[in-house]
Amino acid sequence: MSNYHTLYEKMHDNNIMLTFKGEVSFDLVNSVLKIMEERLDRIEENKKTRKKVYNVLVECLQNLCNHIETSDYEVQGYDARTALLIIETDAEKYKVVTGNYIPKDQVAGLKERLEQINSISKEELRELYKKILDNGQFSEKGGGGLGFIDIARKSGQKLKYEFENVNETVAFFTLRIDVPRKDSAEE
Amino acid sequence: METLELQAKNNTPYINFDASTGIMVMKGRSTPENSVEYYEPITNWVLNYIQSPAENTIIKVQFEYFNTSSSKCILDVLKKFAEIHKAGKSAKVEWYFEEDDEDMKEAGEDYGDIVKMPFEVIEIPE
Repeated sequence: MSNYHTLYEKMHDNNIMLTFKGEVSFDLVNSVLKIMEERLDRIEENKKTRKKVYNVLVECLQNLCNHIETSDYEVQGYDARTALLIIETDAEKYKVVTGNYIPKDQVAGLKERLEQINSISKEELRELYKKILDNGQFSEKGGGGLGFIDIARKSGQKLKYEFENVNETVAFFTLRIDVPRKDSAEE
Repeated sequence: METLELQAKNNTPYINFDASTGIMVMKGRSTPENSVEYYEPITNWVLNYIQSPAENTIIKVQFEYFNTSSSKCILDVLKKFAEIHKAGKSAKVEWYFEEDDEDMKEAGEDYGDIVKMPFEVIEIPE
């Protein structure tokens, strides 16, 4: 039973604000947002930062949710409907981490999109956003590849990601978004 | 034409579109699960309205947050309103953002670049 204490201490040391592993439904997204909004109100004095973190969370969670809704597959026991969410904070930044299983054949396309976003300037990101907003193809629910661009714009940071091979057909996709605390990023 | 009024909820904004005064208000948060479904009746109302709009139409937009899936729907609503301006009648957007909210200011400027009608981005002092 002492494992749990170790786990707790580890979570405490990493300043984990919230962690979740399981199926991501829209109701869950709403619950997480509500909890996080209250916590941010308590611990984050800077309204701008609060909004940014909230915004990034909305997009990350709805991304996961949409991914899960379009994935009815279960590949060799790796459930594509469940995901990992960790929100951490320290004096410098908030860290939002999501992780989920994806089919390996999606890795290349996803990587290309993330790399494109990471390789262009703030102003180019803005132009790309506008272009997709005005001309882009949008899915049934309205998603249209704007999520990652929006996350990059709001956080002002590069998107950190990793694809880990699980087996021949499945990979684990981890995405980490840092949101700097205070206005240090721009002003 | 009846006024379209929708109360704000946790994920959806307050909407008050008044055909008699020409004042259209969208305010609050927009992060619905299904943006397309949520905005459909709103877009339909606007389609009707632009057939015979008020003398002056002012669209007052004041979002706190909106998600990317709402962003396209919001653009569609504004583009429909822009038809009024295209037809030679008076219509403009007033896009409000809270002081220091650079993100919402930029969003307003982005929409202003895309939508072809008078578009004002206005700071609300704290």
